Amino acid sequence: MSEIYFDNAATTRVRPEVAEAMRPYLDEMYGNPSSIHKRGREAKSAVETAREQVAALIGADPKEIYFTSGGTEADNWAIFGAVRANAGKGRHIITSAIEHHAVLNTVEYLVSEGLSATYLPVDKYGLVNCQAVEEAIRPDTVLISIMFANNEVGVIEPTEEIGRLARSRGVLFHTDAVQAVGALPINVRELGPDMLSISGHKIYGPKGIGALYIRKGTRVKPLLFGGVHEMKRRAGTENVPGIVGFGRACELAREELAESAEKTRRLRDLLIKEVLGRIPYAVLNGHPEKRLPGNVNISFGFVEGESILLSLDLKGIAASSGSACTSGSLDPSHVLLAMGLSHETAHGSVRMTLGKYNTEDQVRTVVDELERIIARLRKMSPLYESVEKK
Amino acid sequence: MPRTVVVAMSGGVDSSVAAWVLKQQGYNVIGATMQIWPENAAEGDAGEGSGCCGLSAAGDARRVADMIGIPHYVLNFREIFQRDVIDYFTREYLSGRTPNPCIACNRLVKWGALLRKARELGADCIATGHYARLSKYPETGRLTLARAKTLEKDQTYALYPLTQPQLRATLLPVGDYTKDEVRSLARELGLAVADKRESQEICFVSEAGYGKFIEQTSGGAGAEGFFLDESGKVIGRHRGVAHYTIGQRKGLGAFGRPMYVKKISAADNAITLADRDENLFSRGLTARDVVFMGAAELKTPAEALAKIRYSHAPARCLAWVDVTGVLRVEFEQPQRAVTPGQAIVIYRNECIICGGEIVRAVD
Repeated sequence: MSEIYFDNAATTRVRPEVAEAMRPYLDEMYGNPSSIHKRGREAKSAVETAREQVAALIGADPKEIYFTSGGTEADNWAIFGAVRANAGKGRHIITSAIEHHAVLNTVEYLVSEGLSATYLPVDKYGLVNCQAVEEAIRPDTVLISIMFANNEVGVIEPTEEIGRLARSRGVLFHTDAVQAVGALPINVRELGPDMLSISGHKIYGPKGIGALYIRKGTRVKPLLFGGVHEMKRRAGTENVPGIVGFGRACELAREELAESAEKTRRLRDLLIKEVLGRIPYAVLNGHPEKRLPGNVNISFGFVEGESILLSLDLKGIAASSGSACTSGSLDPSHVLLAMGLSHETAHGSVRMTLGKYNTEDQVRTVVDELERIIARLRKMSPLYESVEKK
Repeated sequence: MPRTVVVAMSGGVDSSVAAWVLKQQGYNVIGATMQIWPENAAEGDAGEGSGCCGLSAAGDARRVADMIGIPHYVLNFREIFQRDVIDYFTREYLSGRTPNPCIACNRLVKWGALLRKARELGADCIATGHYARLSKYPETGRLTLARAKTLEKDQTYALYPLTQPQLRATLLPVGDYTKDEVRSLARELGLAVADKRESQEICFVSEAGYGKFIEQTSGGAGAEGFFLDESGKVIGRHRGVAHYTIGQRKGLGAFGRPMYVKKISAADNAITLADRDENLFSRGLTARDVVFMGAAELKTPAEALAKIRYSHAPARCLAWVDVTGVLRVEFEQPQRAVTPGQAIVIYRNECIICGGEIVRAVD
């Protein structure tokens, strides 16, 4: 059984070039970047090269890139750090209902400590309304955190506009760009967020490594205390192999960005067209155009997404429903519910996220399988039976 | 094509070995762990280490499945478990009865939602790690469950409500082994769960006890009321009917002598206490919602064995189902603490012939 991996938003395969770049740092180049000797110096230099590579991908200055253990830490840091650094100004934060749990649960925790938060609603496509952002800003607002692009439905938020708005009102703006970096051209100079989260393993790099971009001059308290690593802002001996791999992954992403985005987008559009054309009662979730190049999220009426996913898995096809939860179990997605989908429609959703290793043949195989699986499941669905009779 | 089977895996020894045995027998095996905890239940509450289906169970099951080389899924049955097991459990206690949530879970969750899900995955049956043996009842040719090889481990009692179609879609691979054989198989396989502690308690109730659980989840255990003696005289106050079960001796308060719960009447919120253990014995009982297994009917009184709770040593009796569908049982020797809400299961030739839910004791 050949394997087809359509879950690139959950994680991606480490590119061979990335693994190769990392190898020496798992082997003889094991130095601690803080050491004064040769081993230390070579590790330090590797970390700084990677910092430049990451910075180049998003148009930042290397001094604005701080390595973290991944996207979750970057999100946590941005929020805790901004709230604590601005405690004198206020205790209000604005975010959206469709953020990743790394943001939502962090905000929720701070709310339990007395912070107040506004969770902006989204429209049926999952878009945040800029007018609503503006109206939510209060004199005591210290941070706006709105994701660049959503991990479940792929909708691309108007972050440039929100960034401008935040700047004009003197409020810090953080964006979780974990799904967008490497998939869309991003330039922090043009976009203007104060903080931006990135993750390594979504762009063919290793897991356990990410970064927070912090615009020069932005006041953010540290999350981790200890040594003087990361320009005294993030303590802990650097994950050198991870950082090196992450850097290389960013470099490759930058070189191939336009081409690979175009290729992925073509596959995505083919997958959407074929599924919607061949399978009745299938609806695309998210925005038709303002959408990540690799994201397909479709609800199939009268069947449970869970049953579809497990059936696909039994055929060697990896897809998902919403975000990958640690228990591997499925609840209706908070994103789809926030977009106004009914529980049933949300339950019937399947996310397929494409990447650089996917092919047109795979898309066709998956569509064939989906058609068979959904027909079989609907045969067992009493709901579908009654609809067909009408 | 080999048959495809979904094995309900709790992460424990029995269901792990069940999965492995089926795989050895050439089945196309899919592992599944049911997630049944309310989302806000913290790990380390009842879930942890309580054998059945906690979050850590799913992790253990996944590792076992990976070792055996079968796919494994965590299936979300929270809503149905809440509705069909927990709510039923609470409702029954508040009505003065003593429910058996494991039976409800087997009937409605495992052989309900899980079996439906299994069919959606292309399987035609489910398997569990229950100690019970599927067999054909000689007189009728119907499917039935025979008591396990190791009688102390026998779990047929909790499976009595399975219908013939459900039994046709069932495999019970560990029923033919003793518990020791299962443990040594697990050890041979190098299953990390080989020596795991066994689950006995109600899986969703923590050590604080079921009364606390009901108080916490439904805002009370029923109104306080009176304890009566057998002549109907008020002799004390009770804390709400949900705190008591028939035969209970502890937690009743100080009476200067041992007292026992004899009768719970939710309708007038009164609990009758007996001051002698022998007053708890009944000569018979009636039961409802009869499910026939080995027998297709039971119109005339038949000699049989009756089991009236999980830990009860089956007692000789005459059993029949009257024209109104009520199961009537007369014991050869009076039995202690016949408890409304519990199941009665009738056996002949070591097999279940039928079962039902106890309505009342008959003196």
